[in-house]
Amino acid sequence: MKDHPHYNTLRELIAPYLPEDVSLDSLQPDSNLISELNINSSHLVDLVLDIEDQYDIRLEDTEMQQMQTVTDALHLIDNKLKAKES
Amino acid sequence: MRKRVVITGMGICAPNGIGLEEFSSAMRAGKSGIRFHPELADYGFSCLLAAQPQVSQETISKYFTPLEQRNLKASGLIYGAIAGMQAWEDASLPEPVGEAPDWDTGIIFGTGLLGSEKFREAIQLIDQGKTRRLGSTAVPQTMTSGVSAWLSGKLGCANQVSANSSACATGTEAIYLAAERIASGQANRMLAGSCNDSGAYAWAGFDGMRILSSASPDKPEASSRPLSASASGFVPGSGAGAVLLESRESALERGARIYGEVIGGAVNSGGQRQGGSMTAANPEGIIRCIREAIAQAKISPEEIDAINGHLTATRRDPDEIRAWTLALELYGKSFPKINSFKDALGHGLAASGSMECVAALLQFQEECIYGNNNAEDTHPEVLELIDSNCIPLKTEAATPKVIAKASFGFGDVNACLIFRK
Repeated sequence: MKDHPHYNTLRELIAPYLPEDVSLDSLQPDSNLISELNINSSHLVDLVLDIEDQYDIRLEDTEMQQMQTVTDALHLIDNKLKAKES
Repeated sequence: MRKRVVITGMGICAPNGIGLEEFSSAMRAGKSGIRFHPELADYGFSCLLAAQPQVSQETISKYFTPLEQRNLKASGLIYGAIAGMQAWEDASLPEPVGEAPDWDTGIIFGTGLLGSEKFREAIQLIDQGKTRRLGSTAVPQTMTSGVSAWLSGKLGCANQVSANSSACATGTEAIYLAAERIASGQANRMLAGSCNDSGAYAWAGFDGMRILSSASPDKPEASSRPLSASASGFVPGSGAGAVLLESRESALERGARIYGEVIGGAVNSGGQRQGGSMTAANPEGIIRCIREAIAQAKISPEEIDAINGHLTATRRDPDEIRAWTLALELYGKSFPKINSFKDALGHGLAASGSMECVAALLQFQEECIYGNNNAEDTHPEVLELIDSNCIPLKTEAATPKVIAKASFGFGDVNACLIFRK
């Protein structure tokens, strides 16, 4: 997953939301955004808006709830971009 | 048995200085924080003068994380956070570590309305049907308790964490409420203060009421003229002040530096009767408020060395002096020294009481009474009541032992505190 074309971009989008005691180096594809990276659940809403802006897509509430890990987010982005192309 | 309450820390984000050092030298020199704001003309303001803190990016970055700075628009929150954290640091209290809440320390940080700039941004998005684009920052920056909530997050304060609101009496009332909580034994320490937003959205309502200064914008420092015959209305302002209140035993135990003791206080309302209204004070309400504070302090009016009035530079200043003379039953040369800080600070609205309490308390350790910079043409009705020597025009050396501070607000509300060195 680390060679996924959007991995580095997503990593940069996540970086500002990491608490001071969580290093960006600890971010892994299977990292849980809330329980492992300690991203505040209200900040997850802001991260979703940043992802929407970055890729010009729209993530619905149910999709946000399914977005548990970094990999989940990448799959979601892929699906949305595919849907946009078709 | 009521506990004695002392002030062991202070913080200030004022139009003429940020931090105690800059602020105290500005107050001593009579340096004005009022500036010409031509951008207010674009909104159709009549008054183009205002007083707002000059906060550098460096200062913001000292108190707010990069993430907190994203979409940070609420100026009142910025000022309140700065003043509150400064008061904590100034009290030499430790930076909290770990997960243990501080159950004995609370926060009361008031405001009139918070984050008007942020609210405008939110309203524009909402009106465009983009509510889902608001994100997580709209509520914490626009809720009235935004500052107390932010400070509690930083400091782990877990006693009462709340926000009071009583218009221009808010700041003085916040300190009164916090002191009462300690005096009654419900908290050991309280961080108390108030803030007010800057800008057109915070001030326009007052311009619309045509009560703002009509002085020429050429001389901003001369535009706010409390106690003066040429007072032409108040200059809108903003900022924040904060004090760390503590039980005297706790302060002594940890060897804290003590600025002064809150020996008395009162809050009330004139009930919008007997001449009182939404915008005017019932003089009887003011008199009762001052007398109650003095009674709680168990002092005689003659023991008051100095008064810091509300004195906004409208035509009502002589009425306030009349109320003070009636409350104290002191006239002419027997009246204490009196000053207003609104000549330099403008009218900080909800922030005024806390900013002015910080300045009033600084007079103890600075051993002076700050001057009234623009009262050289003192209102004749004021001079019929008290002697001109009671109104220092320049900062005077003095060693005040007891200072009274009062603030009054729309809705006919009053707050008075008595401090002793």
